[in-house]
Amino acid sequence: MIQLDHISLGYGSRQLLTDASAHFEKGQLTALIGRNGSGKSTLLRAIAGLGNIATGTIRLDGESLAAIPPHRLATRIAFVTTERVRIANLRCRDVVALGRAPYTNWIGRMQEEDRRIVEEALAAVGMSSYALRTMDCMSDGECQRIMIARALAQQTPIILLDEPTSFLDLPNRYELCRLLQRLAHEEQKCILFSTHELDIARSLCDTMALIDTPHLHHLPTEEMGRSGLIEQLFHIHLHA
Amino acid sequence: MNARHRLLFTLLIALLVLLFALDLVVGSVHLSPTEVWRALTGGEVAASTLKIVRSIRLVKAIVAIAAGAALAVSGLQMQTLFRNPLAGPFVLGISSGASLGVALLLLGAPLMGWSGSAWFASLGLAGAAWLGAALMLALIATVSRRIKDIMVILILGMMCSSGMDAVVQILQYLSNEGALKSFVIWTMGSLGDVTGNQLGLLLIAVGLGLVVAVATIKSLNLLLLGENYARTMGLSITRSRRLIFLSTTLLAGTVTAFCGPVGFIGLAVPHVARMLFREADHRILIPAAALTGSCVVLLCDIVSKWLTLPINTITALMGIPIVVWVVLRHKQIA
Repeated sequence: MIQLDHISLGYGSRQLLTDASAHFEKGQLTALIGRNGSGKSTLLRAIAGLGNIATGTIRLDGESLAAIPPHRLATRIAFVTTERVRIANLRCRDVVALGRAPYTNWIGRMQEEDRRIVEEALAAVGMSSYALRTMDCMSDGECQRIMIARALAQQTPIILLDEPTSFLDLPNRYELCRLLQRLAHEEQKCILFSTHELDIARSLCDTMALIDTPHLHHLPTEEMGRSGLIEQLFHIHLHA
Repeated sequence: MNARHRLLFTLLIALLVLLFALDLVVGSVHLSPTEVWRALTGGEVAASTLKIVRSIRLVKAIVAIAAGAALAVSGLQMQTLFRNPLAGPFVLGISSGASLGVALLLLGAPLMGWSGSAWFASLGLAGAAWLGAALMLALIATVSRRIKDIMVILILGMMCSSGMDAVVQILQYLSNEGALKSFVIWTMGSLGDVTGNQLGLLLIAVGLGLVVAVATIKSLNLLLLGENYARTMGLSITRSRRLIFLSTTLLAGTVTAFCGPVGFIGLAVPHVARMLFREADHRILIPAAALTGSCVVLLCDIVSKWLTLPINTITALMGIPIVVWVVLRHKQIA
Protein backbone atom coordinates (compact mmCIF):
# COMPACT_ATOMS: atom_id res chain seq x y z
CA MET A 1 0.00 0.00 0.00
CA ILE A 2 2.45 2.64 1.18
CA GLN A 3 5.96 2.32 -0.12
CA LEU A 4 8.78 4.58 1.00
CA ASP A 5 11.55 4.46 -1.57
CA HIS A 6 14.90 5.81 -0.35
CA ILE A 7 13.39 8.94 1.10
CA SER A 8 15.21 11.70 2.94
CA LEU A 9 13.35 14.07 5.16
CA GLY A 10 14.23 17.17 7.11
CA TYR A 11 13.77 20.85 7.48
CA GLY A 12 16.40 23.50 7.11
CA SER A 13 19.78 22.00 7.92
CA ARG A 14 18.19 19.43 10.23
CA GLN A 15 18.19 15.94 8.73
CA LEU A 16 15.49 13.68 10.17
CA LEU A 17 15.59 10.63 7.89
CA THR A 18 18.23 9.61 5.38
CA ASP A 19 17.68 7.05 2.66
CA ALA A 20 14.76 5.41 4.46
CA SER A 21 12.83 2.62 2.79
CA ALA A 22 9.81 0.75 4.12
CA HIS A 23 6.67 -0.95 2.97
CA PHE A 24 3.39 -0.78 4.86
CA GLU A 25 0.90 -3.47 3.88
CA LYS A 26 -2.89 -3.46 3.97
CA GLY A 27 -4.53 -5.29 6.85
CA GLN A 28 -1.76 -4.26 9.21
CA LEU A 29 -1.67 -1.91 12.17
CA THR A 30 1.70 -0.23 12.52
CA ALA A 31 2.97 1.89 15.40
CA LEU A 32 5.51 4.56 14.54
CA ILE A 33 7.80 5.16 17.49
CA GLY A 34 10.78 7.37 18.14
CA ARG A 35 12.08 10.06 20.46
CA ASN A 36 10.59 13.55 20.58
CA GLY A 37 11.63 15.52 17.53
CA SER A 38 12.73 12.44 15.62
CA GLY A 39 10.40 13.26 12.74
CA LYS A 40 7.38 11.02 13.35
CA SER A 41 4.90 13.80 12.55
CA THR A 42 6.98 15.04 9.63
CA LEU A 43 7.00 11.55 8.13
CA LEU A 44 3.23 11.17 8.59
CA ARG A 45 2.64 14.62 7.07
CA ALA A 46 4.80 13.70 4.09
CA ILE A 47 2.82 10.50 3.50
CA ALA A 48 -0.43 12.47 3.82
CA GLY A 49 0.80 14.80 1.07
CA LEU A 50 1.12 17.80 3.41
CA GLY A 51 4.90 18.12 3.40
CA ASN A 52 7.72 17.73 0.97
CA ILE A 53 10.42 15.11 1.03
CA ALA A 54 13.97 16.07 0.10
CA THR A 55 14.78 13.03 -2.02
CA GLY A 56 13.22 9.69 -2.88
CA THR A 57 9.65 8.72 -3.70
CA ILE A 58 6.56 7.82 -1.73
CA ARG A 59 4.30 5.43 -3.64
CA LEU A 60 0.72 4.37 -2.99
CA ASP A 61 -0.02 1.06 -4.71
CA GLY A 62 2.84 1.81 -7.06
CA GLU A 63 1.60 5.29 -7.96
CA SER A 64 3.83 8.23 -7.07
CA LEU A 65 2.24 10.34 -4.32
CA ALA A 66 3.29 13.60 -5.95
CA ALA A 67 1.25 12.74 -9.05
CA ILE A 68 -2.04 12.22 -7.19
CA PRO A 69 -4.26 15.34 -7.09
CA PRO A 70 -5.74 16.30 -3.67
CA HIS A 71 -9.33 15.23 -4.42
CA ARG A 72 -8.18 11.72 -5.37
CA LEU A 73 -5.68 11.46 -2.54
CA ALA A 74 -8.53 12.22 -0.13
CA THR A 75 -10.27 8.99 -1.15
CA ARG A 76 -7.13 6.99 -0.36
CA ILE A 77 -5.60 8.53 2.77
CA ALA A 78 -7.31 9.97 5.83
CA PHE A 79 -5.18 11.82 8.37
CA VAL A 80 -5.82 12.69 12.00
CA THR A 81 -3.45 15.42 13.15
CA THR A 82 -2.76 16.68 16.66
CA GLU A 83 -4.52 19.98 15.87
CA ARG A 84 -7.44 20.84 18.12
CA VAL A 85 -10.63 21.97 16.45
CA ARG A 86 -12.70 24.05 18.88
CA ILE A 87 -15.37 25.87 16.98
CA ALA A 88 -18.58 27.18 18.49
CA ASN A 89 -21.77 26.17 16.68
CA LEU A 90 -20.01 23.33 14.88
CA ARG A 91 -21.75 20.09 15.81
CA CYS A 92 -19.86 16.81 16.09
CA ARG A 93 -22.03 15.15 13.48
CA ASP A 94 -21.21 17.95 11.01
CA VAL A 95 -17.47 17.49 11.61
CA VAL A 96 -17.76 13.78 10.89
CA ALA A 97 -19.91 14.61 7.85
CA LEU A 98 -17.04 16.72 6.47
CA GLY A 99 -15.20 13.42 6.06
CA ARG A 100 -17.60 12.69 3.24
CA ALA A 101 -16.36 15.76 1.32
CA PRO A 102 -14.36 13.75 -1.27
CA TYR A 103 -17.58 11.99 -2.30
CA THR A 104 -20.22 14.75 -2.14
CA ASN A 105 -21.13 17.26 -4.85
CA TRP A 106 -19.94 20.88 -5.26
CA ILE A 107 -21.95 22.16 -2.32
CA GLY A 108 -21.42 19.09 -0.12
CA ARG A 109 -24.92 17.63 -0.27
CA MET A 110 -25.26 14.43 1.77
CA GLN A 111 -27.10 11.38 0.42
CA GLU A 112 -28.76 8.65 2.51
CA GLU A 113 -25.67 6.50 2.11
CA ASP A 114 -23.42 9.31 3.39
CA ARG A 115 -25.63 9.82 6.45
CA ARG A 116 -25.52 6.12 7.25
CA ILE A 117 -21.71 6.11 7.02
CA VAL A 118 -21.49 9.14 9.33
CA GLU A 119 -23.68 7.48 11.97
CA GLU A 120 -21.61 4.30 11.75
CA ALA A 121 -18.38 6.25 12.16
CA LEU A 122 -19.78 8.02 15.24
CA ALA A 123 -20.87 4.68 16.68
CA ALA A 124 -17.48 3.10 15.98
CA VAL A 125 -15.72 5.59 18.26
CA GLY A 126 -18.53 5.45 20.80
CA MET A 127 -19.63 9.05 20.25
CA SER A 128 -23.17 8.57 18.90
CA SER A 129 -24.71 10.31 21.89
CA TYR A 130 -22.48 13.36 21.26
CA ALA A 131 -23.70 13.90 17.69
CA LEU A 132 -25.48 17.17 18.45
CA ARG A 133 -22.93 18.63 20.87
CA THR A 134 -20.83 21.49 19.58
CA MET A 135 -17.05 21.27 19.35
CA ASP A 136 -16.45 24.06 21.86
CA CYS A 137 -17.96 22.11 24.75
CA MET A 138 -15.99 18.90 24.50
CA SER A 139 -12.89 17.60 26.21
CA ASP A 140 -9.64 17.05 24.30
CA GLY A 141 -10.17 13.29 24.28
CA GLU A 142 -13.73 13.65 22.98
CA CYS A 143 -12.58 16.04 20.23
CA GLN A 144 -9.93 13.56 19.22
CA ARG A 145 -12.42 10.73 18.92
CA ILE A 146 -14.64 12.91 16.74
CA MET A 147 -11.70 13.67 14.45
CA ILE A 148 -11.03 9.93 14.23
CA ALA A 149 -14.70 9.30 13.36
CA ARG A 150 -14.28 11.89 10.61
CA ALA A 151 -11.33 9.95 9.24
CA LEU A 152 -13.38 6.74 9.32
CA ALA A 153 -16.22 8.43 7.43
CA GLN A 154 -13.70 9.27 4.72
CA GLN A 155 -13.61 5.49 4.01
CA THR A 156 -10.02 5.35 2.85
CA PRO A 157 -7.87 2.22 2.60
CA ILE A 158 -5.11 4.07 4.47
CA ILE A 159 -5.47 5.93 7.78
CA LEU A 160 -2.64 7.92 9.36
CA LEU A 161 -2.91 9.19 12.93
CA ASP A 162 -0.49 11.49 14.70
CA GLU A 163 -0.40 10.56 18.41
CA PRO A 164 -4.08 9.61 18.57
CA THR A 165 -3.78 8.37 22.16
CA SER A 166 -2.17 11.47 23.64
CA PHE A 167 -5.28 12.99 25.24
CA LEU A 168 -7.00 9.74 26.20
CA ASP A 169 -7.10 8.00 29.57
CA LEU A 170 -5.75 4.46 29.84
CA PRO A 171 -8.98 2.50 29.15
CA ASN A 172 -9.71 4.76 26.18
CA ARG A 173 -6.19 4.32 24.83
CA TYR A 174 -6.58 0.57 24.72
CA GLU A 175 -10.09 0.85 23.34
CA LEU A 176 -8.97 3.18 20.55
CA CYS A 177 -6.04 0.97 19.60
CA ARG A 178 -8.29 -2.09 19.59
CA LEU A 179 -10.62 -0.21 17.26
CA LEU A 180 -7.68 0.55 14.96
CA GLN A 181 -6.61 -3.09 15.14
CA ARG A 182 -10.12 -4.25 14.26
CA LEU A 183 -10.30 -1.84 11.31
CA ALA A 184 -6.95 -3.05 10.02
CA HIS A 185 -7.79 -6.71 10.34
CA GLU A 186 -11.49 -6.80 9.47
CA GLU A 187 -11.60 -4.09 6.81
CA GLN A 188 -8.10 -4.71 5.49
CA LYS A 189 -7.04 -1.11 6.03
CA CYS A 190 -3.45 0.00 6.28
CA ILE A 191 -3.18 1.99 9.53
CA LEU A 192 -0.08 3.83 10.68
CA PHE A 193 -0.02 5.83 13.90
CA SER A 194 2.70 7.55 15.88
CA THR A 195 2.76 6.96 19.60
CA HIS A 196 4.84 6.98 22.74
CA GLU A 197 2.89 4.05 24.23
CA LEU A 198 5.38 1.21 23.87
CA ASP A 199 3.23 -1.24 25.80
CA ILE A 200 0.19 -0.70 23.61
CA ALA A 201 2.29 -0.80 20.48
CA ARG A 202 3.89 -4.12 21.48
CA SER A 203 0.65 -5.76 22.52
CA LEU A 204 -1.68 -4.64 19.72
CA CYS A 205 0.30 -3.72 16.61
CA ASP A 206 1.29 -6.06 13.80
CA THR A 207 4.43 -4.18 12.92
CA MET A 208 6.48 -1.37 14.40
CA ALA A 209 8.39 1.36 12.65
CA LEU A 210 11.12 2.94 14.70
CA ILE A 211 12.96 6.12 13.90
CA ASP A 212 16.53 5.99 15.13
CA THR A 213 17.70 9.26 13.58
CA PRO A 214 18.44 9.23 10.69
CA HIS A 215 17.40 5.61 10.13
CA LEU A 216 13.96 4.06 9.86
CA HIS A 217 13.54 0.44 10.94
CA HIS A 218 10.34 -1.37 10.09
CA LEU A 219 9.89 -4.86 11.52
CA PRO A 220 7.11 -7.19 12.64
CA THR A 221 6.38 -6.48 16.31
CA GLU A 222 7.97 -9.64 17.70
CA GLU A 223 11.09 -9.21 15.68
CA MET A 224 11.31 -5.57 16.74
CA GLY A 225 11.04 -6.73 20.36
CA ARG A 226 13.91 -9.18 19.91
CA SER A 227 16.09 -6.80 17.91
CA GLY A 228 17.03 -4.70 20.91
CA LEU A 229 16.50 -1.56 18.86
CA ILE A 230 13.85 -0.20 21.24
CA GLU A 231 16.02 -0.64 24.34
CA GLN A 232 18.99 0.80 22.50
CA LEU A 233 17.09 3.90 21.37
CA PHE A 234 15.42 4.71 24.65
CA HIS A 235 18.32 3.51 26.84
CA ILE A 236 21.15 5.38 25.23
CA HIS A 237 19.34 8.64 25.48
CA LEU A 238 18.45 8.04 29.11
CA HIS A 239 22.13 7.94 30.06
CA ALA A 240 23.30 10.57 27.62
CA MET B 1 -32.08 23.48 7.38
CA ASN B 2 -34.06 22.97 10.59
CA ALA B 3 -37.23 24.59 11.92
CA ARG B 4 -35.26 27.33 13.69
CA HIS B 5 -33.46 28.24 10.46
CA ARG B 6 -36.71 28.37 8.49
CA LEU B 7 -38.35 30.61 11.09
CA LEU B 8 -35.34 32.94 11.19
CA PHE B 9 -35.12 33.22 7.41
CA THR B 10 -38.85 34.08 7.25
CA LEU B 11 -38.49 36.68 10.02
CA LEU B 12 -35.41 38.23 8.41
CA ILE B 13 -37.10 38.51 5.02
CA ALA B 14 -40.13 40.16 6.67
CA LEU B 15 -37.80 42.52 8.54
CA LEU B 16 -35.95 43.33 5.32
CA VAL B 17 -39.21 44.29 3.57
CA LEU B 18 -40.27 46.39 6.55
CA LEU B 19 -36.94 48.23 6.82
CA PHE B 20 -36.85 48.74 3.05
CA ALA B 21 -40.29 50.39 3.17
CA LEU B 22 -39.30 52.47 6.19
CA ASP B 23 -36.09 53.57 4.46
CA LEU B 24 -38.15 54.89 1.54
CA VAL B 25 -40.41 56.91 3.84
CA VAL B 26 -37.72 58.41 6.07
CA GLY B 27 -35.69 61.34 4.79
CA SER B 28 -34.98 65.04 5.05
CA VAL B 29 -38.01 65.91 2.92
CA HIS B 30 -41.17 64.89 4.70
CA LEU B 31 -43.27 62.54 2.57
CA SER B 32 -46.25 60.48 3.67
CA PRO B 33 -46.29 56.70 3.03
CA THR B 34 -49.18 57.25 0.59
CA GLU B 35 -47.13 59.72 -1.46
CA VAL B 36 -44.17 57.32 -1.54
CA TRP B 37 -46.42 54.46 -2.61
CA ARG B 38 -47.96 56.59 -5.40
CA ALA B 39 -44.53 57.66 -6.63
CA LEU B 40 -43.40 54.04 -6.79
CA THR B 41 -46.49 52.73 -8.52
CA GLY B 42 -46.78 55.59 -10.98
CA GLY B 43 -49.75 57.38 -9.35
CA GLU B 44 -50.42 61.12 -9.27
CA VAL B 45 -47.59 62.95 -7.43
CA ALA B 46 -45.55 66.13 -7.78
CA ALA B 47 -42.54 65.85 -10.09
CA SER B 48 -40.17 66.62 -7.21
CA THR B 49 -41.67 63.83 -5.09
CA LEU B 50 -41.27 61.40 -7.96
CA LYS B 51 -37.60 62.38 -8.29
CA ILE B 52 -36.92 62.13 -4.56
CA VAL B 53 -38.52 58.72 -4.21
CA ARG B 54 -37.40 57.06 -7.41
CA SER B 55 -33.95 58.43 -8.13
CA ILE B 56 -32.76 59.16 -4.60
CA ARG B 57 -34.43 57.06 -1.90
CA LEU B 58 -35.12 53.95 -3.96
CA VAL B 59 -31.57 53.85 -5.34
CA LYS B 60 -30.13 54.41 -1.89
CA ALA B 61 -32.24 51.68 -0.30
CA ILE B 62 -31.20 49.20 -3.00
CA VAL B 63 -27.56 50.20 -2.50
CA ALA B 64 -27.99 49.62 1.25
CA ILE B 65 -29.31 46.09 0.66
CA ALA B 66 -26.50 45.24 -1.77
CA ALA B 67 -23.79 46.78 0.42
CA GLY B 68 -25.01 45.00 3.55
CA ALA B 69 -25.14 41.60 1.88
CA ALA B 70 -21.78 42.09 0.16
CA LEU B 71 -19.85 43.27 3.24
CA ALA B 72 -21.33 40.61 5.51
CA VAL B 73 -20.61 37.72 3.12
CA SER B 74 -17.11 39.00 2.46
CA GLY B 75 -16.44 39.33 6.19
CA LEU B 76 -17.71 35.80 6.79
CA GLN B 77 -15.35 34.45 4.12
CA MET B 78 -12.37 36.24 5.66
CA GLN B 79 -13.22 35.07 9.20
CA THR B 80 -13.37 31.46 8.05
CA LEU B 81 -10.34 31.64 5.75
CA PHE B 82 -8.13 33.18 8.44
CA ARG B 83 -9.85 31.31 11.29
CA ASN B 84 -9.95 34.62 13.09
CA PRO B 85 -13.07 36.19 14.61
CA LEU B 86 -11.60 39.66 14.20
CA ALA B 87 -11.03 39.37 10.47
CA GLY B 88 -13.28 41.39 8.19
CA PRO B 89 -13.55 42.31 4.53
CA PHE B 90 -10.69 44.78 4.85
CA VAL B 91 -7.99 42.61 6.46
CA LEU B 92 -6.32 42.05 3.12
CA GLY B 93 -6.08 45.78 2.49
CA ILE B 94 -9.08 46.29 0.22
CA SER B 95 -10.07 49.55 1.90
CA SER B 96 -6.47 50.79 1.99
CA GLY B 97 -6.08 50.00 -1.70
CA ALA B 98 -9.32 51.81 -2.45
CA SER B 99 -8.31 54.76 -0.26
CA LEU B 100 -5.01 55.03 -2.07
CA GLY B 101 -6.83 55.03 -5.42
CA VAL B 102 -9.16 57.78 -4.26
CA ALA B 103 -6.36 59.72 -2.58
CA LEU B 104 -4.34 59.65 -5.80
CA LEU B 105 -7.36 60.96 -7.68
CA LEU B 106 -8.48 63.63 -5.20
CA LEU B 107 -5.14 64.62 -3.66
CA GLY B 108 -2.39 63.29 -5.88
CA ALA B 109 -3.67 64.49 -9.23
CA PRO B 110 -3.87 68.18 -8.21
CA LEU B 111 -0.42 67.94 -6.57
CA MET B 112 1.15 66.53 -9.70
CA GLY B 113 -0.69 69.06 -11.81
CA TRP B 114 -2.55 66.51 -13.93
CA SER B 115 -6.03 67.20 -12.69
CA GLY B 116 -7.78 68.85 -15.62
CA SER B 117 -7.64 66.83 -18.77
CA ALA B 118 -5.91 63.74 -17.40
CA TRP B 119 -7.60 60.40 -18.13
CA PHE B 120 -7.28 59.76 -14.45
CA ALA B 121 -10.09 62.19 -13.65
CA SER B 122 -12.42 60.37 -16.02
CA LEU B 123 -12.15 57.27 -13.88
CA GLY B 124 -14.23 58.92 -11.22
CA LEU B 125 -14.06 58.16 -7.53
CA ALA B 126 -15.57 54.71 -7.90
CA GLY B 127 -13.23 53.71 -10.71
CA ALA B 128 -10.14 54.88 -8.84
CA ALA B 129 -11.22 53.14 -5.65
CA TRP B 130 -12.08 49.90 -7.41
CA LEU B 131 -8.78 49.92 -9.29
CA GLY B 132 -6.87 50.47 -6.04
CA ALA B 133 -8.72 47.67 -4.27
CA ALA B 134 -8.36 45.22 -7.16
CA LEU B 135 -4.63 45.93 -7.58
CA MET B 136 -4.11 45.39 -3.86
CA LEU B 137 -5.91 42.04 -3.91
CA ALA B 138 -4.12 40.97 -7.09
CA LEU B 139 -0.82 41.72 -5.34
CA ILE B 140 -1.79 39.68 -2.28
CA ALA B 141 -3.14 36.83 -4.43
CA THR B 142 0.08 36.68 -6.48
CA VAL B 143 2.33 36.67 -3.44
CA SER B 144 0.14 34.13 -1.62
CA ARG B 145 0.61 31.51 -4.32
CA ARG B 146 4.09 30.95 -2.92
CA ILE B 147 3.02 31.02 0.73
CA LYS B 148 1.61 28.03 2.54
CA ASP B 149 0.85 29.55 5.91
CA ILE B 150 -2.35 31.58 5.84
CA MET B 151 -1.20 33.68 8.83
CA VAL B 152 1.75 34.96 6.78
CA ILE B 153 -0.73 36.16 4.17
CA LEU B 154 -2.76 37.90 6.86
CA ILE B 155 0.34 39.71 8.13
CA LEU B 156 1.38 40.65 4.58
CA GLY B 157 -2.10 42.04 3.97
CA MET B 158 -1.95 44.11 7.13
CA MET B 159 1.54 45.40 6.35
CA CYS B 160 0.55 46.34 2.79
CA SER B 161 -2.47 48.22 4.14
CA SER B 162 -0.33 50.09 6.62
CA GLY B 163 2.11 50.96 3.86
CA MET B 164 -0.66 52.29 1.66
CA ASP B 165 -2.18 54.22 4.57
CA ALA B 166 1.20 55.89 5.07
CA VAL B 167 1.29 56.97 1.41
CA VAL B 168 -2.26 58.29 1.79
CA GLN B 169 -1.17 60.29 4.83
CA ILE B 170 1.72 61.80 2.91
CA LEU B 171 -0.71 62.87 0.20
CA GLN B 172 -3.06 64.30 2.84
CA TYR B 173 -0.23 66.22 4.47
CA LEU B 174 0.78 67.83 1.21
CA SER B 175 -2.72 68.66 0.01
CA ASN B 176 -4.77 71.83 0.29
CA GLU B 177 -7.84 72.11 2.48
CA GLY B 178 -10.46 71.70 -0.22
CA ALA B 179 -9.03 68.49 -1.64
CA LEU B 180 -8.40 67.19 1.87
CA LYS B 181 -12.00 67.74 2.92
CA SER B 182 -13.44 65.91 -0.07
CA PHE B 183 -11.13 62.99 0.67
CA VAL B 184 -12.03 62.88 4.36
CA ILE B 185 -15.72 62.94 3.50
CA TRP B 186 -15.20 59.98 1.14
CA THR B 187 -13.62 58.02 3.99
CA MET B 188 -16.76 58.57 6.07
CA GLY B 189 -18.77 56.54 3.62
CA SER B 190 -22.02 57.31 1.86
CA LEU B 191 -24.73 55.18 0.33
CA GLY B 192 -26.18 58.14 -1.53
CA ASP B 193 -23.50 58.88 -4.12
CA VAL B 194 -24.47 56.07 -6.46
CA THR B 195 -26.22 57.31 -9.58
CA GLY B 196 -28.92 55.38 -11.40
CA ASN B 197 -26.43 54.27 -14.08
CA GLN B 198 -23.83 53.15 -11.56
CA LEU B 199 -26.45 51.14 -9.69
CA GLY B 200 -26.61 48.59 -12.50
CA LEU B 201 -22.84 48.15 -12.38
CA LEU B 202 -22.85 47.81 -8.59
CA LEU B 203 -25.60 45.20 -8.65
CA ILE B 204 -23.91 43.16 -11.38
CA ALA B 205 -20.55 43.13 -9.55
CA VAL B 206 -22.11 42.30 -6.17
CA GLY B 207 -24.32 39.65 -7.80
CA LEU B 208 -21.28 38.02 -9.40
CA GLY B 209 -19.42 38.19 -6.09
CA LEU B 210 -22.30 36.42 -4.36
CA VAL B 211 -22.39 33.71 -7.03
CA VAL B 212 -18.66 33.10 -6.54
CA ALA B 213 -19.24 33.10 -2.77
CA VAL B 214 -21.82 30.33 -3.14
CA ALA B 215 -19.26 28.37 -5.15
CA THR B 216 -16.83 28.62 -2.21
CA ILE B 217 -19.29 27.15 0.34
CA LYS B 218 -17.85 23.63 0.40
CA SER B 219 -14.29 24.98 0.65
CA LEU B 220 -15.25 27.26 3.53
CA ASN B 221 -16.86 24.37 5.41
CA LEU B 222 -13.69 22.31 5.04
CA LEU B 223 -11.53 25.29 6.04
CA LEU B 224 -13.34 25.38 9.39
CA LEU B 225 -11.03 22.55 10.42
CA GLY B 226 -7.95 24.43 9.21
CA GLU B 227 -5.97 24.20 5.98
CA ASN B 228 -4.18 20.94 6.85
CA TYR B 229 -7.37 19.03 7.44
CA ALA B 230 -9.01 20.70 4.46
CA ARG B 231 -6.20 19.51 2.19
CA THR B 232 -6.39 15.92 3.43
CA MET B 233 -10.10 15.99 2.68
CA GLY B 234 -9.41 16.88 -0.94
CA LEU B 235 -9.45 20.69 -0.98
CA SER B 236 -7.18 22.44 -3.46
CA ILE B 237 -5.92 25.31 -1.34
CA THR B 238 -4.66 27.51 -4.17
CA ARG B 239 -7.89 27.19 -6.13
CA SER B 240 -10.17 27.89 -3.19
CA ARG B 241 -8.05 30.81 -1.99
CA ARG B 242 -8.22 32.29 -5.49
CA LEU B 243 -12.01 31.97 -5.58
CA ILE B 244 -12.37 33.49 -2.11
CA PHE B 245 -10.10 36.41 -3.02
CA LEU B 246 -12.03 36.98 -6.26
CA SER B 247 -15.34 36.93 -4.43
CA THR B 248 -14.12 39.34 -1.77
CA THR B 249 -12.73 41.76 -4.35
CA LEU B 250 -16.05 41.78 -6.20
CA LEU B 251 -18.06 42.18 -2.99
CA ALA B 252 -16.07 44.41 -0.65
CA GLY B 253 -14.05 46.08 -3.41
CA THR B 254 -17.16 47.17 -5.30
CA VAL B 255 -19.01 48.38 -2.22
CA THR B 256 -15.96 50.35 -1.08
CA ALA B 257 -15.59 51.83 -4.54
CA PHE B 258 -19.14 53.18 -4.59
CA CYS B 259 -19.84 53.82 -0.91
CA GLY B 260 -16.44 54.40 0.68
CA PRO B 261 -14.92 52.23 3.40
CA VAL B 262 -18.05 51.28 5.38
CA GLY B 263 -16.72 49.77 8.58
CA PHE B 264 -17.89 47.16 11.09
CA ILE B 265 -20.65 45.57 9.00
CA GLY B 266 -18.33 42.88 7.66
CA LEU B 267 -16.84 42.29 11.09
CA ALA B 268 -19.98 42.26 13.23
CA VAL B 269 -22.73 40.82 11.04
CA PRO B 270 -21.25 37.32 10.54
CA HIS B 271 -21.15 36.97 14.34
CA VAL B 272 -24.77 38.04 14.61
CA ALA B 273 -25.73 35.50 11.94
CA ARG B 274 -23.82 32.72 13.74
CA MET B 275 -25.46 33.57 17.05
CA LEU B 276 -28.97 33.79 15.61
CA PHE B 277 -28.74 30.62 13.55
CA ARG B 278 -26.45 28.68 15.96
CA GLU B 279 -24.77 27.20 12.95
CA ALA B 280 -21.29 26.89 11.43
CA ASP B 281 -22.33 25.41 8.06
CA HIS B 282 -21.79 28.01 5.33
CA ARG B 283 -24.75 26.67 3.34
CA ILE B 284 -26.85 28.36 6.05
CA LEU B 285 -24.42 31.09 7.11
CA ILE B 286 -23.90 32.72 3.70
CA PRO B 287 -27.59 33.49 3.05
CA ALA B 288 -28.03 34.25 6.76
CA ALA B 289 -25.16 36.75 6.78
CA ALA B 290 -26.35 38.33 3.51
CA LEU B 291 -29.88 38.87 4.84
CA THR B 292 -28.73 40.08 8.25
CA GLY B 293 -26.23 42.43 6.59
CA SER B 294 -28.89 43.94 4.36
CA CYS B 295 -31.20 44.52 7.33
CA VAL B 296 -28.44 46.08 9.43
CA VAL B 297 -27.29 48.47 6.70
CA LEU B 298 -30.89 49.52 5.98
CA LEU B 299 -31.31 50.18 9.69
CA CYS B 300 -28.05 52.15 9.78
CA ASP B 301 -29.19 54.19 6.79
CA ILE B 302 -32.51 55.00 8.47
CA VAL B 303 -30.69 56.10 11.64
CA SER B 304 -28.10 58.09 9.70
CA LYS B 305 -30.83 59.94 7.78
CA TRP B 306 -32.71 60.58 10.99
CA LEU B 307 -29.63 62.00 12.77
CA THR B 308 -28.11 63.40 9.55
CA LEU B 309 -24.74 61.82 10.25
CA PRO B 310 -22.38 59.91 7.92
CA ILE B 311 -23.16 56.19 7.59
CA ASN B 312 -19.75 55.12 8.88
CA THR B 313 -20.26 56.74 12.27
CA ILE B 314 -23.55 54.85 12.65
CA THR B 315 -22.19 51.46 11.55
CA ALA B 316 -19.31 51.86 13.99
CA LEU B 317 -21.53 52.92 16.88
CA MET B 318 -23.90 50.01 16.20
CA GLY B 319 -21.18 47.49 15.36
CA ILE B 320 -18.92 48.04 18.36
CA PRO B 321 -21.48 46.94 20.97
CA ILE B 322 -22.23 43.84 18.89
CA VAL B 323 -18.57 42.84 18.71
CA VAL B 324 -18.05 43.55 22.42
CA TRP B 325 -21.15 41.52 23.26
CA VAL B 326 -19.98 38.61 21.10
CA VAL B 327 -16.52 38.63 22.65
CA LEU B 328 -17.86 38.78 26.19
CA ARG B 329 -20.55 36.16 25.70
CA HIS B 330 -18.45 33.62 23.88
CA LYS B 331 -14.92 33.79 25.11
CA GLN B 332 -14.11 31.57 22.17
CA ILE B 333 -15.52 32.47 18.78
CA ALA B 334 -15.21 32.01 15.04
